[in-house]
Amino acid sequence: MAHTSTKPKALVLRAPGTNCDQETAQAWRLAGADADIHHFNRLLENPSMLADYRVLTFPGGFSYGDDLGAGRVWSARIHLKLADTIRDFVEKGGLVLGICNGFQVLVASGLLPDGARAGMTPTASLSYNVSGQFEARWVDMAVAPGKCVFLQGIDRIAMPAAHGEGRFLTSTPAELQALESAGQVVLRYVDPATGKPTEAYPANPNGSPGAVAGVCDPTGRVFGLMPHPERFTSPLHHPNWTRFPKDAPPSADGLKIFTNAVSALA
Amino acid sequence: MIRHLEIVPRQVGQSHSASDRRSQEAEELGIPGPWKIRETRGLLIEGTLSEPELAEAARKALLDPVIETGEIRTLGSSAETSSASGEHIVHVLPKPGVTDPPGETAAGILQAMGYAVEKVRTVRTYRIQGPSAFLPDLVRRTLANEAVEMAVFGDLTIDHLQPHGAYKFQRITVPIRGLGDDALVKISREGQLSLSLAEMKTIQAHFEKLGRDPIDCELETIAQTWSEHCSHKTLKGEVRKPGRTYRNLLKETIFQATSQLDADWVVSVFADNAGVVQFDDTHDVCFKVETHNHPSAIDPYGGANTGIGGVIRDPLGTGLGAKPIANTDVFCVAPPTFPPDCMPPGVIHPKRVLKGVVAGVRDYGNRMGIPTVNGAVAFHPDYLANPLVFCGTIGLIPRGMSDKSVAEGDLIVAVGGRTGRDGIHGATFSSIELTSESETVSSGAVQIGNAITEKMVMDILMQARDRGLYRAITDCGAGGFSSAVGEMGAEIGAKVDLENAPLKYEGLSYTEIWISEAQERMVLAVPPEKWPDLDALCRGEGVEATVLGTFGNAGRLVLRYHGEIVCDLDMHFLHDGRPKVIRTAEAVVTKTFEPEFSATADLQATLMELLADENVASKEWIVRQYDHEVQAATVVKPLVGVHADAPSDASVLWPSTASNRAIAVACGLQIHAGAIDCYRMAALAIDEAVRNCVAVGADPARIALLDNFCWGNPERPETLAGLVQAAEACHDLSLAWKTPFISGKDSLYNEFLHDGQSRSIPPTLLISALGQLEDVHTAVTMDLKSPGNELWILGETQAAMGGSVWSVHFLNKPAEVPVVHPEQARRIFQGLHEAIRRGLVRSCHDVSEGGLAVALAEMAMGGRLGAQVSLRDIPAEAEAAIDPILLFGESPSRFVVEVEPLHAAELADLWGELPMGKLGEVVDANASGECRLTVTGLDKTVVVDAAVSDIEATWKRPLDWTLSS
Repeated sequence: MAHTSTKPKALVLRAPGTNCDQETAQAWRLAGADADIHHFNRLLENPSMLADYRVLTFPGGFSYGDDLGAGRVWSARIHLKLADTIRDFVEKGGLVLGICNGFQVLVASGLLPDGARAGMTPTASLSYNVSGQFEARWVDMAVAPGKCVFLQGIDRIAMPAAHGEGRFLTSTPAELQALESAGQVVLRYVDPATGKPTEAYPANPNGSPGAVAGVCDPTGRVFGLMPHPERFTSPLHHPNWTRFPKDAPPSADGLKIFTNAVSALA
Repeated sequence: MIRHLEIVPRQVGQSHSASDRRSQEAEELGIPGPWKIRETRGLLIEGTLSEPELAEAARKALLDPVIETGEIRTLGSSAETSSASGEHIVHVLPKPGVTDPPGETAAGILQAMGYAVEKVRTVRTYRIQGPSAFLPDLVRRTLANEAVEMAVFGDLTIDHLQPHGAYKFQRITVPIRGLGDDALVKISREGQLSLSLAEMKTIQAHFEKLGRDPIDCELETIAQTWSEHCSHKTLKGEVRKPGRTYRNLLKETIFQATSQLDADWVVSVFADNAGVVQFDDTHDVCFKVETHNHPSAIDPYGGANTGIGGVIRDPLGTGLGAKPIANTDVFCVAPPTFPPDCMPPGVIHPKRVLKGVVAGVRDYGNRMGIPTVNGAVAFHPDYLANPLVFCGTIGLIPRGMSDKSVAEGDLIVAVGGRTGRDGIHGATFSSIELTSESETVSSGAVQIGNAITEKMVMDILMQARDRGLYRAITDCGAGGFSSAVGEMGAEIGAKVDLENAPLKYEGLSYTEIWISEAQERMVLAVPPEKWPDLDALCRGEGVEATVLGTFGNAGRLVLRYHGEIVCDLDMHFLHDGRPKVIRTAEAVVTKTFEPEFSATADLQATLMELLADENVASKEWIVRQYDHEVQAATVVKPLVGVHADAPSDASVLWPSTASNRAIAVACGLQIHAGAIDCYRMAALAIDEAVRNCVAVGADPARIALLDNFCWGNPERPETLAGLVQAAEACHDLSLAWKTPFISGKDSLYNEFLHDGQSRSIPPTLLISALGQLEDVHTAVTMDLKSPGNELWILGETQAAMGGSVWSVHFLNKPAEVPVVHPEQARRIFQGLHEAIRRGLVRSCHDVSEGGLAVALAEMAMGGRLGAQVSLRDIPAEAEAAIDPILLFGESPSRFVVEVEPLHAAELADLWGELPMGKLGEVVDANASGECRLTVTGLDKTVVVDAAVSDIEATWKRPLDWTLSS
């Protein structure tokens, strides 16, 4: 094989209605990975293609229209044929990142929060925002990285969120507490003024109890979040970049999530 | 067998608030209550799968098992929908044949899972407590839209989900030879053809020459092609006004300016589905704005939904296909506070209209993954029965791909959605007035979109384009296949076998297939040798592509249905045979009056009143429902400032990080001045669109414009006269500023017929602007940046107050409308741009609705800073030296600019020849932590001293419908 690149390879999947695949692949490239975008049907036809990759990404969008509940149809299609393939991939050390609709797919398929080993039965849900409507706004978050390879070394981070179904629910409050105790609630919406986690709108855009914005599985290698790190890969993405001095622009924090993953695979 | 799966929350405080919103809506509309309404969603599933199978399928794919559970009931069995005593049950479901995306998705996944399912439709179930007498009113006005939905009171008893009844072929000939005028008019009216007598007579003569009568499909094809909507016969027709006759109004005004300018950066204008201009070394950029007014009046959600879906297909069908990178939307509606009990019959309340159109754009645009980055909402009572919905799409196309041609023998390939009975007569319907019966007569013209189908088509097209798998492409818009194939084959002809078109359901006649306006369809000209590759590409992503026929047929359009010829028309007659429309324009001069100013007016109270006018107030409730950052290119967002809640003049897109070039998107609209002076109104709209672009850093030498005329009935000379004046203004300013118009569209007959009275909308001209920044890093936003910086005003204030928001509140007679001085404005735009390019400007905001006072208030709010200004040094006409004029006047070509003191001298030097004055400075919060806007009037007394937090609250309150709605 002539291929000698030492860059880790990231697969960005797209289903009908996925719409953040290109900027997500671009974020992986900026972070130092090689990235391919493939239609989900190609993976269905040839599950073994996943073995070529170290990272699997489910990007944002409205997969299959999302009109039966966000991420439901894509996760049902994964369960029809690919559950074992994905479980294998994670067991062998592969990383999985789900952003927005991708997070919804990981939760609906049961890959989050309990992980591939737990049988992939859904135990949580990303439900309708309390406001009852889709909303796009930047959110501030506090990071408690724990084992999550994507968030190491990050303390606070801001990103744009854009979703109608982002309220993270478990069937009982005890289950949310268990996730918190296990260190799996790695990303929480905070009030920008106090820096404290909040359930209040609009700092928490969807009303998630416990201010949950992102969770990882027990291994820290499967991570999903509602906001969009791929939309903050340049200082010019920052909503207030025109307020910064020209010689000290804001740092493109979203990119760190991708570079962390690439470093972890080095 | 049909089963009803009702999806019920598991009651852990997780139900969403749809139910509460419905009760609140009922209250707002004044329907006597009180109402308690519970809403659940559900699916109707037709098929032979067993009940346990459905339960399993539901758990796996149709509901969220963590928070929801399903209740299954077989229709027609003894089991009834559960309800408490005293509760009314109402089911609402899409009418047969109406597109139902969730139903289609559900059927798709159930079939993929191997279940025996034929058809799935959605249903909403309402359990209602409240006064029975008003139940039908409640259902009609808040729960169901009769144009597209049906309400079933009590138990559901339907036995099929599919419109059925096979179609039995019968060729229908319409005998028109030898008929008199009355009979011809009757045929046009009864067939909803919207053809005039002169046109009917031309058709009659044509067929008399052929020695036969037309087949219905031929008559329909001609009606579609000749419709106002497709052929723009008024604007392209002859217009006689006193002193001048335009042989072709559009050609001699707007087109003429563009061709006279002959800018070397313009690639393609007025020829394709969108206008194209050069962008950077690798890409050109195109822009199209469309209206979807009449469908939105009947079904706001569906109308706007398919409006945005339709305009997205324009860039996709421009050249060899452009990638959509941004959407825009502008709505004109009546004030949401309009008294519900004064609504004319058949008209939907403006609040419901606005909520519906916003949701329609949101659900389609967001699903397409195209950021909606710019727009406006204008409120005027005369939009009550005829709201306006404008949707625009910008696309990026590789250089050299803006041309296309169709070759003899190319396959006619339809890609995307299936054809149904939806949207029949959309083109001809949009060319007539609305009436209170429109809802029932024309609901066939209403369509619902399925964004995911279009997204899948878009994904395919971008790949097929880059692989060279087709030679030409266009979208199926108004007129459906008849327009798309008719246009593509206009030169060489086409032969189509209509039975090849994939149908949503059986029963469509050959004519219905041909003119259906079903959504999400594109037509391609595919060289036969490329078809296998295109077919494979489409199959690989689940997109339907079908060969309908071939292009090239000696200039004839021949349609067959199972071998029977149902249309055989000469393309030349079809496209060039329409008799010219001749109309008369006769202006009625509106007398204007000098406004009177009260010496004791409280100008701070006036500012607050204007901030709370819906035309000025924050549109954040709308903006945030749109994903405006998908594609990660929106670097100046629609809302800017410290808390991202102040209105940006334009959005800036940075589509490729490979170059520093960026795109600015803005619009201009003046709805109040048209009643007084249409020429000046149009000039104000153009000025606003251009200055919005320049304010964020766009180069005034590279701005392309689009026009969208929405007018009343042009057969009235005084109505047409306004349109002519507006077109003349477009011509004049386009030439003066070297800003070519690259695309446009008109929508006429925006009137509502009620009790024999025809009520027209205000003359409305939307100007959309596509600007360019050489270097994205020079972009400027409007929020104040730092205390101590100087505030300047650039541009001259005129005394004329006509058309201003202030005049709407404080004058009861028409006042003179301000004028655009083209040469002075040009120098101002250039001077400002040079200052921005040199990095001398920290913030910049154009002065528009509400005048200088509102501009300053918005800038202060954006920066959460205060400002101390004086009106003393504002450059103004002598008669304008009056505080309320300086504060609230809306003279064009003006900007407020924030400058660091160290740059003040350089700027003063640069702008030496321009009308400019120092206003004051940016100040920090006072000792008690409060930011204030303080304005000193001409007599040195303080006329405004307002807390920025009060400004914010007042400005946000009117349209903040989040949570509470």
